[in-house]
Amino acid sequence: MSNRQNPDNAIHSSFWQEIPEGDNPFSAAICRCGGYDVYGDLLDKVTWAENLFLLFHGELPSPRQTQCLNGLAVALANPGPRDYSVQAAMAAGAGGSTAASCLMAALAVGAGNFAGAREVYQAITFWEQCKRDLPQWRLHLRKWEDTRATDTGMTDIWPAMEHPPGFAPYGKSCSTPVRQTLDYLAQIQTEGNLYWLQQHRHALEALTRQPLALSGVAAAALTDLGFSSQQGELLYLLLRLPGAAAHSIEQHWRGSRDFPFYREGIHLTNDPGPPAEPQADTP
Amino acid sequence: MKHFFSFYEQQWTTDLGAYFPGERVVLNGKDLFNELQHLDWMGLLMFGITRRMPSKQQVRLFNAIWSLGASYPDPRLWNNRIGTLAGAARSSGALGISAGIAVSEAIVYGNQPVLGAIHLLQEIKQRRDKGETLVSILNEKMSSHPDDARPAKGRNRKIARIPGFGRPVSSRDERIPPLMTLVKELGFAGLPMIQLALEMESVLLDAGHAKMFLNIAGFMAALFCDQGFSAREQYYLWILCFSAGISFCAADAARHPEGSFFPLRCTNIVYEGKPPRKYPQSV
Repeated sequence: MSNRQNPDNAIHSSFWQEIPEGDNPFSAAICRCGGYDVYGDLLDKVTWAENLFLLFHGELPSPRQTQCLNGLAVALANPGPRDYSVQAAMAAGAGGSTAASCLMAALAVGAGNFAGAREVYQAITFWEQCKRDLPQWRLHLRKWEDTRATDTGMTDIWPAMEHPPGFAPYGKSCSTPVRQTLDYLAQIQTEGNLYWLQQHRHALEALTRQPLALSGVAAAALTDLGFSSQQGELLYLLLRLPGAAAHSIEQHWRGSRDFPFYREGIHLTNDPGPPAEPQADTP
Repeated sequence: MKHFFSFYEQQWTTDLGAYFPGERVVLNGKDLFNELQHLDWMGLLMFGITRRMPSKQQVRLFNAIWSLGASYPDPRLWNNRIGTLAGAARSSGALGISAGIAVSEAIVYGNQPVLGAIHLLQEIKQRRDKGETLVSILNEKMSSHPDDARPAKGRNRKIARIPGFGRPVSSRDERIPPLMTLVKELGFAGLPMIQLALEMESVLLDAGHAKMFLNIAGFMAALFCDQGFSAREQYYLWILCFSAGISFCAADAARHPEGSFFPLRCTNIVYEGKPPRKYPQSV
């Protein structure tokens, strides 16, 4: 809020420029992204994936990068109704909540350390530190395990990771969609982290004792595309919203009765029971 | 072998509580309608989170900190601004207020510095108990390191090195004197953590750090540590503390004309990026 560094109350941007209409200084005639005229030039030329890349990087992607980002977007678009973030959107939809609250619910729940965006953030930091060096992964994982063991309490707003980021703590083996996504993306990015991950998946799974998860593939893809941990976290949140939106509106239409309530699902370990009936007055 | 999830599939075992439709509600082993009627909303919140019955003094302290310390009616404050923008954009009140609460989990103010202040106080207390002096500990903390991240800007922003002291907007925290009057009245002023916090303030000011006055985050952290609340309990207890100020702002903005909150001209966006360019024929 301080004006010490921003006396004109201006907004500064390295990628977005607006030129006003001649008759209205509050309405943009030209919007440029990374120097490209969005409505006058890009509109009929770029795909959604290219535009997304341009917004984050300020440069257009190569065809290979576009293909990779597009593939990742398709793979992440719908985690399905068993995923907690989608369930959150559906619970909102079931009760008839607002559209924005459905997506806010999906974002809030899908932000976490268990299959969520914070897990991708953590996994990208692993890539940044270990790169494509298996001994470094081994060392880093060991250090991470040691830190986790000595964590004594709540030191951050984020709970401590309970499993190695990018891996599935309850998986039996690497799931088919995860392998299919990795195989597809690795064939596009033949020299980066995705390809290395494909080649070393079994070794990493042996180190973590857990199968690779989709969040792990996403982290490798996002690093190959040059996204930082913070950018990757945001993109992962964004790219998983379409499924949450579609399921929430379907549930909105189906209503609350057609959604699990688990009527007998709560097992209360300290139920005092109903209050005692008042004793009838004795004559 | 049975899957780990099969145990949880249709059952949520808890001692928190449950709703028995048409009959009663149990919270922490107590009947809400018969055993918890004496609690006001703040007392119930404290009981629900900590599972301990709060004293009247603790409830009064919490109410005062929320009222005087976290309920400012100023739409320029970052979290309040979300409520205001939502109101100005004619969004719903709940959407603006809940997003504002989420935004309060910030680096320069709100939940992250308070958690940081708790850990700082606990660390300093432990180190002093082992014989280190407050001056040497704080000197070490205040000495700059080349890899120090700054709270206010940069790609790796982190909370301040001495969370709970100093402020981004002004140096002195106007909330401390009125709250300290109440703290003295409640008999909490002489407790160890608040005394440590005040001592730290003196040491920092004496060492020439002229802006390092105790702020509300450090004040809250010290008081609640003195009351025996864990970091995790404190975290959950404050989450809603900004809700009143955000609500005031959302309601106020809804009374103003739509779109009238500090509208920006196109020229208020200062562009610092690539010059205008054409989409290339082949990327």
